[in-house]
Amino acid sequence: MTDERRATTTLKRLSAATYLKEGALKYLFLLCAFVAVMGVALIFVFVGVRGWPVFTDVGAGDFLFGGLWHPGEGAFGILPFITGSLVVMAGALVLGAPLAVGAAVFLSEIAPPRVRAVVRPAIELLAGVPSVVYGFFGLMILRPVVADLTGGLGFGPLTAWLILAIMIVPTIATLTEDALGSIHPGIREASYAMGATTWQTIYKVLLPAAKIGIIDAIILGMGRAIGETMAVLMVVGNAAVFFQGVDMPISTLTSQIVMDMPYATDLHRTALFGMAIILFLFSMGLVGTVRLLSRFNERVR
Amino acid sequence: MTDHALADHFREPVDDHGVKIAVRDLDFYYGDFHALTGIDIDIRERGVTAFIGPSGCGKSTFLRCLNRMNDLIPGTRVDGTITLDGEDIYGEGVDPVDLRRRVGMIFQQPNPFPMTIYDNVAFGPRLHGVKKKGELDEIVQKSLERANLWKEVKDIMDRNGLSLSGGQQQRLCIARVLAVEPDVMLMDEPCSAIDPTSVQKIEDLMAELKDRITIIIVTHNMQQAARVSDETAFFLQERMGEAAELVEFGRTAEIFTSPQDRRTEDYITGRFG
Repeated sequence: MTDERRATTTLKRLSAATYLKEGALKYLFLLCAFVAVMGVALIFVFVGVRGWPVFTDVGAGDFLFGGLWHPGEGAFGILPFITGSLVVMAGALVLGAPLAVGAAVFLSEIAPPRVRAVVRPAIELLAGVPSVVYGFFGLMILRPVVADLTGGLGFGPLTAWLILAIMIVPTIATLTEDALGSIHPGIREASYAMGATTWQTIYKVLLPAAKIGIIDAIILGMGRAIGETMAVLMVVGNAAVFFQGVDMPISTLTSQIVMDMPYATDLHRTALFGMAIILFLFSMGLVGTVRLLSRFNERVR
Repeated sequence: MTDHALADHFREPVDDHGVKIAVRDLDFYYGDFHALTGIDIDIRERGVTAFIGPSGCGKSTFLRCLNRMNDLIPGTRVDGTITLDGEDIYGEGVDPVDLRRRVGMIFQQPNPFPMTIYDNVAFGPRLHGVKKKGELDEIVQKSLERANLWKEVKDIMDRNGLSLSGGQQQRLCIARVLAVEPDVMLMDEPCSAIDPTSVQKIEDLMAELKDRITIIIVTHNMQQAARVSDETAFFLQERMGEAAELVEFGRTAEIFTSPQDRRTEDYITGRFG
């Protein structure tokens, strides 16, 4: 390129350094995304390969719908754990979801800024407490209370519900608050201008408008409840039997895996991996539902 | 709502043009900021009053004093009196919620609720306790007819209000307000976010509605003020940080042809603002 030629243009040329840097960054980010996906894929494949034989060696029917778990005698029915997990999750949701949605409504619509500045970090902090601490709290504080109330030992679903209800509050509350916050402010104004009270605005306009976001939040709370291991293990009693009452020990998929993992061998160990597959499928189902709902939400808008 | 009230719902226009809203010595504050000062104005019943003035001159703020929407903003304060039919709307014990049922509001951005067209219009009557399907159907249809939207939506009442075009959404919002039969309708720049054809429709609608209800419109568009209003009020904030005031108020024709105040003249001839 001659000097005259260069003088006629003021636009800078793209330098080789910029070009390389842009290209390198692109691949760096691609690598990050790839590692995350590979992580999930590897775990799935590993658990799948290790757990799959249970469906042939024990049989899918005996494994999934068998009511008896006696690994020493070759009985590998996990139905008590599946129902146990569902019972623990359902109870935690019934207690925790209204609490969390209520807290989110309070933060988003009612609390004055100064109160919000205290309450919101407190709720977020709940998410940061290690689950073993929740479990310890449940074991030392809640269990005796439940024992007094029910006349039992306090190990069982009720104690697990109480602990899990608190644990899923931050998940559901923060996502619900986001859903309420993403409602166009004009809608809120319109409702007040129509002569609606605060309660009518919340109940008739805002909650319906945020409905799908709130359902998403609750589903993710379900995921948290069904996957929680440590806190549940410490208070649920860990008896491989069907649900018999709120104060009778049961076991869940997660807690049973932890209980048996240290000593399980051969088919017993395979069965534990099989239980992990069930958990995996359940989480995938929940995440899939959320994705589907968000797509539906976009279409409505 | 009783049957008698329903029959009265779309009452015949009356010819007296008394004072609907009287404002005396009004000052308004956002926290420490003194936003409006010394406003005195009589808004006449059944007619269109336009508030004009440059951006930030407090005309929307003043409009929002009239249905106490500013109450929703923490730290605001009102001095002076505003009466509606002779009653002090900031008087002790007055329920702002009930006031807003009588003084409806249309916003700059059309803001239908994310629910069906029918539910949008039925929202207000339902709040008032109208439950019977037949009664609701009748109110919804009449309100949509009065908002000149019925023909366009009568076959899609179950569609989400947000699926309509911007101009249709604004008329839906008008129908929603009309359904609670307000005495007054406040319109805060109702046409600035919609297309010109729809603007025409809304202006026609205002001309039809003003025989029955008192309309107050805030607008940036002086041609619009001249077209639609009977009386015009010009607001001005002389310097940044100072409280805005009402410079001139009178018959629209007079404000636009022979303004008394130099500042009004400067503004309407486009010398500033």
